[in-house]
Amino acid sequence: MRSTLTVARRELAGYFATPVAYVFIVIFLVMAGALTFTMGNFFDRGQADLQPFFTFVPWLFLFLVPALTMRLWAEERRLGTIELLLTLPLAQWQAVLGKFLAAWVFCAIALALTVPIWITVNVLGDPDNGVILAGYLGCLLVAGAYLALGAAVSALTKNQVVAFVLAVALCFVFAAAGSPVVTEFLTQRLPVLADIARGLSISDRFTGFTRGVVGARDLVYFASFIGFFLFVNAVVLDHRKAD
Amino acid sequence: MAALIEIERLTKRFGGFTAVDDVSFTVDRGEVLGFLGPNGAGKSTTMRMLAGFMPPSAGTARICGADVVAQPVLAKRHLGFLPEGAPTYPEMTVEGFLGFAGRIRGFRGGALRERVAHAMHLTQIEGVRLQPIETLSKGFKRRVGLAQALLHDPPVLVLDEPTDGLDPNQKHEVRELIRRMAPEKAIVISTHILEEVGAVCSRAIIIAAGRVVVDAPPSVLEREGQSLEEVFRSLTLGAAAPRREAA
Repeated sequence: MRSTLTVARRELAGYFATPVAYVFIVIFLVMAGALTFTMGNFFDRGQADLQPFFTFVPWLFLFLVPALTMRLWAEERRLGTIELLLTLPLAQWQAVLGKFLAAWVFCAIALALTVPIWITVNVLGDPDNGVILAGYLGCLLVAGAYLALGAAVSALTKNQVVAFVLAVALCFVFAAAGSPVVTEFLTQRLPVLADIARGLSISDRFTGFTRGVVGARDLVYFASFIGFFLFVNAVVLDHRKAD
Repeated sequence: MAALIEIERLTKRFGGFTAVDDVSFTVDRGEVLGFLGPNGAGKSTTMRMLAGFMPPSAGTARICGADVVAQPVLAKRHLGFLPEGAPTYPEMTVEGFLGFAGRIRGFRGGALRERVAHAMHLTQIEGVRLQPIETLSKGFKRRVGLAQALLHDPPVLVLDEPTDGLDPNQKHEVRELIRRMAPEKAIVISTHILEEVGAVCSRAIIIAAGRVVVDAPPSVLEREGQSLEEVFRSLTLGAAAPRREAA
């Protein structure tokens, strides 16, 4: 565990030593704010909650998280440091987990910086802060799921652009699986698949959190989603670390 | 006691191409093995397998008795490895990078500071300890990689081209350093520079097309009336020509 944390610490410091962190955070905050106040009709709704904010954050993560994960392993391959990292005395899963944790903490930092929006609704009205907290938890879990998926994709390829595009596409599949368009289409043609699609959908699970419901099944879903893709990451890394 | 490095019938295939073909040798404490061969002969691949980075297709290697496939973490603890090209994290400072390697190796607090300071002293990089590695010259980068490999004073050192990119003075320093450490350790260095073999190695292995073609002390190789370079050319030219470069 100590090695995992050492790797995570190094990674996290790496984000802030390069422009990656600042560009990511600034773009995330600007977009989240702009979308919430314009398209989300934050003021006109006349309700003291963060519903509009929570509608857009997962879609922002859909593009921004793959930008974060695309370099995760691809960069190590390009620099050759993967050879250094994996010949240090730590198990492969520790390196995988360490990198994931660093990226996750980084997303948490970005999310935490949106607190002014939360303060704003508290000044303007009397929102249910429990619901808001659940919403934030949901956002963090969505970020974690996208991160795990993106990291596994990054282990597959040396090319960062390929890693980015593939990760966005796969994240989109999981985000859109529960949308009415997809489920209606599947219900008409393949009713069996419709249930599966809804069950796998990230956005369906997330909706519960924005209503303030933290369900055990949803937590298990996110935990197994993340766990599964971290496992895939370790397996892929084992087979393709050299090329 | 068994040799510190034992390589047994090590083989690596990439698709239909055999990069390393049934290589066996051992290295004892006090030996400095020069690992020679043309580009693409399988030097780096052999070293990567020994360091536990690449899984062998067949055969195995042991470091201080620990199998690199079955007990990778244990084997890596006894090993200091300088990968090809001495990769380092460019945005980190020299001290930060060495601190990271030290923490992974289990050092904390005062012990860690002492290790990092000692490794920087050995490789003479104290002057740049707070600089980001990306701002350093090639020679310094290489020595930072070397410092990382020496940090924990490992019984086994595997150095892939440790003097590449260094100026003649720095080359001399690194060779002196290797010579000083030699009695305590088993050291494998790969190199293109034949004079280096005569200067620091107690034994030379020439590998061509993935196979060991010579395993002898450098003095024996030279004594046969030829220079080391002539021996190298005659042994590797025919064997290596039709092979393509290993990745």
